[in-house]
Amino acid sequence: MTRQVVVTGLGMTTPIGGDVDTTWAAALAGTPGIVRIPGDWVEDQPAKIAGIMAVDPTEVLDRVEARRLDRSQQAALIAAREAWAQAGSPEVDPLRLGAVVSTGMGGLTSLMNAYDTLLERGPSRISPHMVTQIMPNGPAAHVGLEFGAKAGVHGQVSACASGAEAVSYAARMIQTGRADVVVAGGTEAVIHPITMAGFAAMRALSTRNDEPERASRPYDVDRDGFVMGEGAGVMVLESAEFAAARGATVLGIYGGAGLTSDGHHIAQPDPEGQGAARAITFALEDAGLTARDLVHINAHATSTPQGDIAESVAIRAALGAATDGIVVTGTKSMTGHLLGGAGAIESIFSILALRDRLVPPTANLENMDPEIALDVAAGAPRPLPAGDIAALNNSFGFGGHDVALVFRSA
Amino acid sequence: MSQEILDGLAVIVNEVAGVPVEDVQSDKSFVDDLDIDSLSMVEVVMAAEDKWGVKIPDSEVKNLKTVGDAVAYIAANQ
Repeated sequence: MTRQVVVTGLGMTTPIGGDVDTTWAAALAGTPGIVRIPGDWVEDQPAKIAGIMAVDPTEVLDRVEARRLDRSQQAALIAAREAWAQAGSPEVDPLRLGAVVSTGMGGLTSLMNAYDTLLERGPSRISPHMVTQIMPNGPAAHVGLEFGAKAGVHGQVSACASGAEAVSYAARMIQTGRADVVVAGGTEAVIHPITMAGFAAMRALSTRNDEPERASRPYDVDRDGFVMGEGAGVMVLESAEFAAARGATVLGIYGGAGLTSDGHHIAQPDPEGQGAARAITFALEDAGLTARDLVHINAHATSTPQGDIAESVAIRAALGAATDGIVVTGTKSMTGHLLGGAGAIESIFSILALRDRLVPPTANLENMDPEIALDVAAGAPRPLPAGDIAALNNSFGFGGHDVALVFRSA
Repeated sequence: MSQEILDGLAVIVNEVAGVPVEDVQSDKSFVDDLDIDSLSMVEVVMAAEDKWGVKIPDSEVKNLKTVGDAVAYIAANQ
């Protein structure tokens, strides 16, 4: 029998709040955090809008600490400290403590800034921190160092599914006995001309530049692409036994995970959503639950024309008629798409929805796409029933990664 | 002259590693007293090279044990 994994701490810094409480209040209020990107460089960009962290990490971190870290690492550290504090700063043998914090794109802005320095001032002026700023395992390594983790530090890389994959890997470390406590999550901060241009070249981004707050609109007929977001979400996972022994407050229960791949296209979703459907099915099996146990889905719902439909097809394929009794939401309507951070912050939203029995609304859903047959929360938060309930969080990534996570109420 | 370099170096060490300016004294060891690791030392050297227009090769950096050693080197090679 595998060991049960529980959630005892949550931390976030997002475009709608600098911590969990602020972010969650904004999510329940349906408040988008999408703005026009400051700076002249956006002028010739097709997409000029993004979800920028509501509280700049350099306002939170010590100056010296901040200058050694990539922005994605700064966000991860802030979220990790919040989660760790909420968990009561667990006294755990470092040999039994792990960290799994993912990023989809690593320290890309640090790399680009270093390249500018290289061209302008030559190789002797490259920062000795540049390599650790850009390496994709950097956020995990810095978070692991913060708490002295020695059981293992890992960064799962699967584009926009990275954060969810991190949570599943962290839980696995506990289930298989490698660790008692793992700090897990995802982070991303790549709002830079090169990434905005690259995603725009894929025609993946919304260009509703004149109305930033209305641009991310999952499931709405007028959606035209995703909006880039930045920030981090981190949680403290531990074995139920360990949490009980130290009297920790359990915020939610990790149910299980399903991880598959599409084998279809490097960037486009399988229109039949087969990989996603299998991931959902496996996650439920892993959690020992059935479709009828699910009351809520925090969907991947990036607000791309194809992706939102493909996911809805996958959900119905996996859950059948039970789909009609499930309240779905797309919180990227407010935060934008945090890429490697998305699966982590949306897992946290799922856990909070189960805890507070409230599903945040999907902002900007004014005219439901008739091709999407889901019960989507819009306009106001939707209540969830009392008793033991469960939620699903979907995350999909370029490359054909499908990750589904199931959480249960505490 | 040396006092000016010492004051400038103190600002650099503070900027790079957060060491209080008043703690950066001539007799202090970068590693043992100020907790400057090898990466931070690279940053200190880079900033010092920029500020005083000196070149401090790696072969010299290992001889700069104390803040005073660095001040003397910069003063002599400026």
